[in-house]
Amino acid sequence: MSLVGQRKSHESAEAHVSGKAVYTDDQRMPSGMLSIYPVLSPHARARILSIDTAPALDVDGVVTVLTAADVPGTNDTGVIRQDEPLFPTDEVSYWGQAIAWVVGETEDAARLGAAKVTAEYEPLEAVLTIKGAIAANSYHNDPQFIRRGEVDQAFAGSAHIIEGELEMNGQDHFYLETQASWVVPDMEGNYLVYSSTQHPSETQTIVARVLGVPTNRVVCTCLRMGGGFGGKESQANPMAAAAAVAAYKTGCPVRVKLERHHDMILTGKRHGFLGQYKVGFDSEGKILALDVALYAEGGWSLDLSPPVLMRAMLHVDNAYYIPNMLVRGLIVKTNRVSNTAYRGFGGPQGMLVIEDVVDRVARHLNLPPDLVRDRNFYHGEGDSNTTHYGQVLVDNRIARVWEEAKERASYAERDAAIAEFNQQNRYKKRGLAITPVKFGISFNKVQYNQAGALVHLYTDGSIQLNHGGTEMGQGLHTKMQQVATRALGVTLDRIRMMPTSTDKVPNTSATAASSGADLNGQAVKNACEILKSRLAPVAAKLLDFDAAEEMVFENNEVYCRTYPTARVSFDAVVQQAYGDRISLSATGFYRTPMIHWDPVTATGRPFYYFAYGAAVSEVEVDGFTGTFKLRQVDIVHDVGESLNPLVDQGQIEGGFVQGMGWLTMEELVWDDQGRLRTFAPSTYKIPTISEIPEQFHVHLIERASQDGTIFGSKAVGEPPFMLAMAVREAIRAAVAAFGNAPVVELAAPATPEATLRAIAAVQQATVSAEAALSSTPV
Amino acid sequence: MTQQLETQLALTINGDRVRLQNIPLTTTLLDFLRLTGRVGTKEGCGDGDCGACTVAIVGTSVDGKPNYQAVNSCLIPLGSVVGREVITVEGVANGKLHPVQEAMVKLGGSQCGYCTPGFIMSMFAAYYDGKLDDVAVEGNLCRCTGYLPIRRAAQAAAAETPCDHFSDRLTEADADLMPYRFTGEGQFYRPTQLQEVLELLRDHPDATLVAGATDLGLELQRREFPVMISLEAVADLKTLVQTDEFVKIGAAVPLSHIETQLHGVFPCMDEMIHWFAARQVRNRATLGGNIGTASPIGDLPPVLLALDAELKLVSLEGERVMSLSRFFKGYRQTDLQPGEVIQSVWIPKGMMPGATQRLTQSYKIGKRGTDDISIVAAAYVVDLDSDKRVVHARLGYGGVAATPIRASVVEEFLIGQPWNADTVQQAKPMLYNAFTPLTDLRGSADYRKMLVANLFEKFFVEFAAAAGVEL
Ligand SMILES: Cc1cc2nc3c(=O)[nH]c(=O)nc-3n(C[C@H](O)[C@H](O)[C@H](O)COP(=O)(O)OP(=O)(O)OC[C@H]3O[C@@H](n4cnc5c(N)ncnc54)[C@H](O)[C@@H]3O)c2cc1C
Ligand code: FES
Ligand code: FES
Repeated sequence: MSLVGQRKSHESAEAHVSGKAVYTDDQRMPSGMLSIYPVLSPHARARILSIDTAPALDVDGVVTVLTAADVPGTNDTGVIRQDEPLFPTDEVSYWGQAIAWVVGETEDAARLGAAKVTAEYEPLEAVLTIKGAIAANSYHNDPQFIRRGEVDQAFAGSAHIIEGELEMNGQDHFYLETQASWVVPDMEGNYLVYSSTQHPSETQTIVARVLGVPTNRVVCTCLRMGGGFGGKESQANPMAAAAAVAAYKTGCPVRVKLERHHDMILTGKRHGFLGQYKVGFDSEGKILALDVALYAEGGWSLDLSPPVLMRAMLHVDNAYYIPNMLVRGLIVKTNRVSNTAYRGFGGPQGMLVIEDVVDRVARHLNLPPDLVRDRNFYHGEGDSNTTHYGQVLVDNRIARVWEEAKERASYAERDAAIAEFNQQNRYKKRGLAITPVKFGISFNKVQYNQAGALVHLYTDGSIQLNHGGTEMGQGLHTKMQQVATRALGVTLDRIRMMPTSTDKVPNTSATAASSGADLNGQAVKNACEILKSRLAPVAAKLLDFDAAEEMVFENNEVYCRTYPTARVSFDAVVQQAYGDRISLSATGFYRTPMIHWDPVTATGRPFYYFAYGAAVSEVEVDGFTGTFKLRQVDIVHDVGESLNPLVDQGQIEGGFVQGMGWLTMEELVWDDQGRLRTFAPSTYKIPTISEIPEQFHVHLIERASQDGTIFGSKAVGEPPFMLAMAVREAIRAAVAAFGNAPVVELAAPATPEATLRAIAAVQQATVSAEAALSSTPV
Repeated sequence: MTQQLETQLALTINGDRVRLQNIPLTTTLLDFLRLTGRVGTKEGCGDGDCGACTVAIVGTSVDGKPNYQAVNSCLIPLGSVVGREVITVEGVANGKLHPVQEAMVKLGGSQCGYCTPGFIMSMFAAYYDGKLDDVAVEGNLCRCTGYLPIRRAAQAAAAETPCDHFSDRLTEADADLMPYRFTGEGQFYRPTQLQEVLELLRDHPDATLVAGATDLGLELQRREFPVMISLEAVADLKTLVQTDEFVKIGAAVPLSHIETQLHGVFPCMDEMIHWFAARQVRNRATLGGNIGTASPIGDLPPVLLALDAELKLVSLEGERVMSLSRFFKGYRQTDLQPGEVIQSVWIPKGMMPGATQRLTQSYKIGKRGTDDISIVAAAYVVDLDSDKRVVHARLGYGGVAATPIRASVVEEFLIGQPWNADTVQQAKPMLYNAFTPLTDLRGSADYRKMLVANLFEKFFVEFAAAAGVEL
């Protein structure tokens, strides 16, 4: 039986639980290894007048201090635009920016040295909020547009029009392993970089750029990551580059492993967004026109903000057909961290806006929000099943996941029971909500949708498997092993999964956009099939058959389909192939077909397919404090034909909880000087086990094979994150039950304080509405 | 207390005796483990908040027997584990995986795996205690799994009865802490007699007392401690006495012991301890430390204020007893004099004369329910007479002023009032205006003021039925 589709444990699970899994900073240290430690800017924006590194050199164990002058190549780590100095020269652009890195024999020495570095600054006026940036006209790029239909005309024909806005917080990745890189130079000008990076090829490129050497001088290896979530896509690069500059300058191996507070202060996060909208709809709640502006907080440099913004713009429809739409997108430039990729990559922010809009529409009309959602779904054929950028939902599964989720959650019964509960309880209210997810799979940028693999067979029949994707916990390596076992017809014990390395598979894309298994799986399969095509004639010969194409590889054996009793072992075939001087090593390659995008018209088919899901959440909100308890979650999700249901369920559960954290408790607080106040887990709270309800059900839709993907499976990394919108909407439903207001505004995150304010606003609106009513003469 | 040569300082790690040489005793256990190549234990925060660094130590359970205790190795100075047995993730499997490891593997409990060693150690300790539930891993953060597979693994492993060399080991282990004094660079003392503590304080005015180190542990990397005196082995500070009239809790009794030993005695204390940090911290944290830090957001002082607790302070000059409400002097300032030690906390049990019923509860509000620092903590004790009139009221708060504080004006107002909604509605605006809290990253001043008032009403509402009054 093939391993594909099995609930196979993570390939490193035994190593994880016994402490044997080696992460970047767990390797045995080479002798003479140095550590680096950053010196942080105390200003959000300031001119650097001088930096005095001399006092640090007096500290025992300090080797040197790195500043811009030490960079042999280009002092820039920007990935889309070179606007990101590794060491600032004239100006610091955000609070906490590293102006220098101290190199020490130990991390302690470097830290003590860093405390001695002084700098003089001339503070400059800083832009610290999205609205502040808008007021100051501070943008990274020109506005982007997506248009559909005739918005003005549609507004004119709309019975109802509402305007509103929603500002949402960013999110710290809080991967458990902070950023870590080791750079080991040799004496011939080559650099081996071990980095906890989701994008080894880019880390390699950036290190080469900063060192001013050709890319082939740098090899970047990622052993595994202790979590990534997008936060180690571009954000790993500056740390690796700083360590590389130190390695260049000292000739010694150099390590960096950020302390948690530095990780949180220095690195980019999920973009905070401001959404401003005007929506026109009919009395049934059908949305006819939407004019929406999305402002993404890019931070001080551009980083990956353009594709993040574009994904937000492409997902501001979520699952809803809106015949007339004008989407505007802008990236504001502020003096805060440079925001970056984070699970969902703008998708969640866009979707949160439309869910807010739909809720406004429903409450305005006094209709149940789930009904209004349902009425607006993409459906049928033609325009009503086509997105605002012209992509047809070929296999639209929205209604399917929606109906199934409602049924599994007993939505109708519970809705009634909750109404009853709320009647009887004055001080606490429950809320039930269901929200859909439709999420496009593929990198927005067409060129990234390619992948490579490299498979070596050794003469004893053991196998090394390389591919371009990185393992950050998502189970990619596990799935790749499953794919390879099936493709080669061998058992798992033969396959050694190799660390991701740019000398094995070059020019890879980031392991991101949920596409790791889709892309690399196909490349692995391709490599395995090439090997099989070379081995099949050898096997046929050994078995005395002519038809090589009839050879079946299964369970470490090879046989002829029509004569299965005669078998030869896989090992024997490999040995014979070696003897016949046949290559036992193959590269595999894959590029996603059929995708295209026209940036001028903002139309095309940017996504190979969509992943769908729906979640039902029930909460109870305390009217005295604004705290909530999540009581039950029911999820129905579409992963196609799952490669590994254990892994996929883990992604769904984990994504949901992370999304819930973003929407309810994870609050990034910045003060009016632009200083981040929440830079440790004591102040920045991600969910613990006790926030997770006992009743938490995940169901993968069955018979859901997706055409043209690796064994019919679908991507699963990001989409479930957005299922957590159901928690927010459930809180909103509970807040609404404290009164009877036509608008229920809720901040994101809905912290207890924000929720208590929302309750107060609802009660206030209810009182004034009643006052208005009673003062109306009869 | 015997003088120890540096060469004699050692601890046991996974059954091996490991000497502590050329390493300051203020180094954290985590740093030591990693420096010596035991890199299975991870650092996720260095602040006691993520649990990635969790290890198990052999300590003493409430009944005096050795048990495994999950602790944050990033907070513990080496000096506190001298002579102790430590089990790390590398030592759990014995030829084959341990049942908690097995369950985690099978049920998908690890994704990136970085949090996993910490979870394994929390689960390991709880496994032998028979308390392998959510609470056991509340102090472990996982960003990948959403905890569901970990919960399943815990449930699966909890179904087994421990019987292996680890449970055998507990029957032989000696968890009594031997006293020692280390007088090299970075002096560290672990006396057993209070008298010795006081003499050490006299001889070393720059000494720092350390109990569980869950507060001081955060400072270990940030400043120097020339002399440390551990209170962990001082018998006098480790007793918990209970009579019909009062409870006396030694300043160095860990919260996890208080949690079990006093369960049901003071509901408002039970509730607060439940929300106090998480298992690893509660295994180490003490009342003396919680009071000694004089933090305005310490969670137990409001409870102790509501319970009219008194402190016994001891120095070479003698003893003095003072009510907790007089102990806090200002922001992070107390009445503790140089050379003085908090010996114990004394809490009266009974109701006020004339009362027939006591209502009491505490509340803690944070951004996250579990293991967060309070935005506001509140503890209430209200005694009613048979006419449902208030004869005694204590409203203790944390997070609203420079020190933990009582709402005295409202307490006075309540005396003699009927315990009903009217009274509570009158008290609410008074409470709202009782303090002038600050706005900070946890919450605004206004939210805090609202909570001060609302929590009292919540208390009234929740106990209205018990009190037999109308809402
Ligand atoms: C992750 C985490 C979560 C936490 N959560 C909470 C929480 O929810 N609520 C809360 O209130 N606190 C919390 N704390 C803070 C801390 O755990 C408590 O204050 C704890 O009670 C301190 O006790 P300790 O024994 O560890 O003190 P230590 O760290 O050993 O000492 C703290 C201070 O008290 C002094 N001291 C200790 N004992 C005595 C004594 N007998 N006489 C005089 N001085 C003494 C010490 O010199 C030191 O200055 C948390 C800490 C961490 C790391
Ligand atoms: S490292 Fe996070 S609790 Fe110790
Ligand atoms: S498995 Fe990654 S943090 Fe828990």
